[in-house]
Formats: sequence, structure tokens, C-alpha cells
Amino acid sequence: MSFPWAKNYEPQQPLMKWLDEKLPLPRLVYNAVGAGYPVPRNLNYFWNFGVLAGAALAIQIITGIVLAMHYAANAGVAFNSVEHIMRDVNAGWFIRYAHMNGASMFFIVVYLHIFRGLYYGSYKAPREMVWLLGVVIFLLMMATAFMGYVLPWGQMSFWGAQVITGFFSAIPMVGEPIRQWLLGGFAPDNAALNRFFSLHYLLPFVIAGVIILHIWALHIPGSSNPTGIEVKDEQDTVPFHPYYTAKDGFGLGVFLFVFAALTFFTPNLLGHADNYIAANPLSTPAHIVPEWYFWPFYAILRAFTFNFLWIDAKLWGVIAMFAAIALLFFLPWLDSSPVKSSTYRPLNRIFFWILVVDVLILGYCGKSPAEQPYVILSQLGSIYYFAHFLIILPIISRIERPLPMPNSITEAVLAKHADDKSAATA
Amino acid sequence: MVRPLGFLVGLGFIAALVLAILTTPLKNEPNAAHEIHKHPRHLALTSDGLFPHWDKAQLQRGMQVYKEVCSACHSLNLVAFRNIADFGYSEGQVKSFAKSYDTIPSINPDTGEPATRTGLPSDHFPSPYPNEVAARAANNNALPPDLSLITKAREGGKDYVYSLLTGYQNPPKDLPKELQPGTGLHYNPYFANLNLAMAKPLNDGQVTFADGSKNDVEHMARDVTAFLVWTAEPNLVKRVWTGWAVLLFIAMFTTLTYLSYRNIWADKKH
Repeated sequence: MSFPWAKNYEPQQPLMKWLDEKLPLPRLVYNAVGAGYPVPRNLNYFWNFGVLAGAALAIQIITGIVLAMHYAANAGVAFNSVEHIMRDVNAGWFIRYAHMNGASMFFIVVYLHIFRGLYYGSYKAPREMVWLLGVVIFLLMMATAFMGYVLPWGQMSFWGAQVITGFFSAIPMVGEPIRQWLLGGFAPDNAALNRFFSLHYLLPFVIAGVIILHIWALHIPGSSNPTGIEVKDEQDTVPFHPYYTAKDGFGLGVFLFVFAALTFFTPNLLGHADNYIAANPLSTPAHIVPEWYFWPFYAILRAFTFNFLWIDAKLWGVIAMFAAIALLFFLPWLDSSPVKSSTYRPLNRIFFWILVVDVLILGYCGKSPAEQPYVILSQLGSIYYFAHFLIILPIISRIERPLPMPNSITEAVLAKHADDKSAATA
Repeated sequence: MVRPLGFLVGLGFIAALVLAILTTPLKNEPNAAHEIHKHPRHLALTSDGLFPHWDKAQLQRGMQVYKEVCSACHSLNLVAFRNIADFGYSEGQVKSFAKSYDTIPSINPDTGEPATRTGLPSDHFPSPYPNEVAARAANNNALPPDLSLITKAREGGKDYVYSLLTGYQNPPKDLPKELQPGTGLHYNPYFANLNLAMAKPLNDGQVTFADGSKNDVEHMARDVTAFLVWTAEPNLVKRVWTGWAVLLFIAMFTTLTYLSYRNIWADKKH
């Protein structure tokens, strides 16, 4: 632990002493999420979402393992085996709806986690590695979610697989052979379904592994905080346990409440009706739409409608869609402002909120059919998206004049309380 | 290096997008069918909302409509005879209902020849056609979809099914020629293409209910839609009420965690 005042683990119980000597697992827990991890005292509720994302992954893995006991990954019976789970397996409807909506809840908390990082500059030195590993997790999540959506072998599963694997055919010369190699055929069929199932079962454990690295990298500098000022001494911090275990426990309760309301009351709200029709390669749905968490990227993909230079529009779309995520890898170096938190960055704050609105608009366009006004909206939205990260952010991080900042976390906390008090007496 | 390169990449994407905007027409191609197509009418059922229950008598009537009308062309593959115990049939009634089907595909135990037998509660509703080719041959090359999931598998759900069943009408006089029903097609403004292969399935008085309920098109459509909501998700009512119990538990859990959070942080300014 890099903080000099981080406590050393000193086991009291004989059993723990014995265990700690042989395998310092208690020590690891103590320093990772116990009283031996000092955390800034001023974290707000937006710092709950990392733990919630971990909880969402755990729920996905547990429900997923149970589903895999009843599901059959064969193009002939996959659709009916999901309905068998819904109808004949004890509480199967609950497990399946929880897994289906669990994916959405996972993305909701991860998007909030990412935007928290964007607003408070969590990607900046010394936490670049935390951010880079986070982007890797995000990419793995997208791959896992996509392959999971194919497994029920409904119409959207099949045609979604058709569209997404079609991205690879945009690669010049070798695209079509690559696509056929990935699918194990000319179109999604049993071979593709089987390998997607295998990978869908594998990747969550890879995600869990990268999460361990993500948390490890976080524990070197310690958590960031809403002021963006680094911890200076012990009074800036509280021990993770019990302070943040208690706060995360409350956050987990709220998360589970929303999750349960969605799962039990409107389980199909975020799904698509066409996926209750069994896959049919001979009948294309009127609108092929991915799951909601891909909508902004789907809008970027479809925004490119012009063969510019020697690259055709389809390839532009595919490149842009991947670039939209890949540019996040460069964010720590695109934004050169030494100030982390947007609380003290008046310009960045404005553009951050424009970005939020922009991504919401892109999401709405990704959901909508490819007709006007959605086409031009997604084109304008994509322009802003790329301009924001690649042009606006590097410029404002140079010209912006940050607001005056407190000297330490404790000073910021005490100033806030003094304000509250004077407001209360006035 | 990252920033100048990023700047150029950004300009590249923006140039491609600006050209895309300049070359994309701002007007959509007119789509007459889209304008005539109607949004489904709402159908209120007792299984709606946050305090649902099954109207068992209605489900029984709906099943009768399915059996006497819809099942001539549409299968119900995912539903077993035993499932109908959900709406109040006794074990004996389920058995005799299953027995009333005598076309369950089977194998003659003595000769091994294909044969048929009477139904058991564990059997699923049999399909009216032996295979897809037979179904298309009998229906002017259209394939009647399986109805098990129909209220979940269509945009608009039960409202759509109910509107479609009650929406058959003569095409309006000013309907453009290309939208008028062709041979073997029937006009219905609730259907996306306006014309579908299924003829008007329900007519007033077609089914006689034992409980003397109204048997006009409107009421039969409501009953059979209610039945199809059940076939799509027999666990629907149980799901919602389980949800209330789960939410109550989580609310108590969350209250306790909130109180302990406040308690632990009481002496810490943050």
C-alpha cells in the first residue's frame, strides 16, 4: 500500500494468524477492501458504481451458470430450450429474466461509472492504467453481451449476429474469408451458435480477471475523489471498512431494488419483440436493432453514408464505430489539463454535459429506423462525438482557466460544512 | 504525438461525416402504407398492471375460441395440456380434455409403423399440419405462425393481436391501387403491410360459450387474446406478485443498510 499510514494487518485470532502465515489471504482482503485501505473521505454516490458493476457481474455469472444447466446450444432446439426454462424449469423464468435484465443493469452501472470517470478526470495520472484496464473490460463486456444475445436464437439473435459479423466483411480483400472463418459457415448457424456459447461462458471469467487487475492498479495510487486533489495526509481518508462497505451496502440495496422492479414488473421493456420469434434465415425483420447499450455505437456505424477517399461508406462506419471506443484508450493523453475534477474546470464541465446529451441523442438515433431526421441527427451527433474527444478536449485543456481549488480534501469538506451551516442559520 | 495525430483523425471522421450529410437527401421517400397503418387499440385485461390476476372464466372461453377457430390453422407448440389446470380445470378435466385429441403422433408398439394416439396431460397441443410444407400448401403459400408466444412476439403485444382480430374491414375507396389487397389477401389497417393472408377469422356467434357469455367478434377477440397472453407467459401473475415480495424484502434490507451507513458516518464530516 502506497500510503504511509495504511495499517498493517495484525491477526488477533490464532486461526487467522495460522492462515496468514501460510497463505496471506486475510491480509489481501484487509488491504483491498478492509480497514487497511484508506479511501478519501469525500467520495459521493457516483463512487458506488464500481462495486455495483462487480455485483452485476457476479449476478450474471451465477444466473448464467444455472441457465447453462438447462439451455441447449444447438440451432435446432436453442429457442425452445429457452422457452423450456421459462415454462418448465422451477423458477426458470426468474433466472432467465434476471440474466436478461442483469445485462442491462450491468451496462447501466458501467456507463455511469465511465461518465463518472469522465467528469471527475479519473483517467488522469497517476490512474491511467486503471482507466486503460477499464476500457478493456468495457470491450470484453460488449463482446460477451453480443454473444449472449445470440444464444436464444430468436430473430434478433440471428440477424444481429448476421449484422455484427458482417462488420468483418468490410475489411478489404480478406474480409469475407475472415467472416466465414469466424462464423464457421456462410451465415450464422449451428457452428456459430456453439462457439458463441463457448465464448459467452468463457469471457465473463476473463472479465473477472481483468477486474482484479483494474482494482490492483487502483490500489497503487488509491481512489480518486470529487475534488480531484490527491490525498495529502491521514485525515483526508477513512478506512474502506466500515465506512465504504456500509455506503456500498446501501448503494447495493438501491441497485437491487431497481433491478428487481425491472425484472419482475417489466422484464421485456428493454428487449425486442422479434426475439420471441424463432430464428428464420429466410425472413429479415423490418428493423434490425441491437440491444439498447449498443445504440449510440450503432448510430455512429450508420452515420457514414458516403464513400470518402478510397474507403467505402460501410468500412468508414465500421472503423468509426471501433474508433469511438478505441479513442478512450488515448484519453489520458488527449486531455492535458493538470486539474482532474470538472468541479474546477468551467469549460470542460459545459462540454461534458454536451457530450452526455450527444450520446443520448446518438442512442435514440441508433434505436430508430434509418430515415430522416434520425440519419442527419446521428451524423451531427457523430461529428460532435469525435470532435469532443479529438479536437475540443485537447484545446480546452490548454486554454481553460481552472477555478480556485482548496488545498486539501479535508479543507474542501470543512468549507462545504461551513457553507451548509451558514446557509442553515441564515 | 497523441494530440496532433488525434486531431487529424478527428478531422478525417468529420470530413467523411460532413460529406455524408451533404449527400444524404433530407426528405424520406413517401411511404403510403406507413401513413394508413394504424396503431393498435388498447385492450385492458385483468392480467395487466402491478396487481394482476387471471380471469379464469375468460381464459376458458379464450381456449374454446382457440380450439374451435384458431387451431384449424395455428399450432400452440409450447403449451402442454397439463398447463390448462392454471385456469381452474381439475385433474380429471385435464385428462379428458387431453383425451379429446386423438391425433397425437405416435408409433404402433407392435409394428413400428407411424400411428396416432389420444392425448395425455403431458402432451403439447398438436399442430394442425404435419409440417411446414403442408401448412403452406393449405394456406396459399402463407405459413400460419405458432401462437404460443404471439402476444410477446409482436410490437404492441396483446393490443396488436386484439386489434388485428377486430380490425378487418373493406379497403377505403381512396386506397392507392398498389396497396389494395391482391388475390388471397385481406385488408386490415393494423397489419404492417395492410394486407395479410389470414381471412377474417372471427364472426359474430361463431362460438357458443357454455356460460352464455357474449359471442360477438369483439368479445371473442378479447377472450382469445387473454388466452394468448396466458400462453405467452403462464407465469405472468406469479411473476408480478413474487416481485412485490422481493421488493418488500429489498426495501427492508436497504433501509437497514441506510441506517447503518448513517450511523457509521455520524461522526465523520464528508
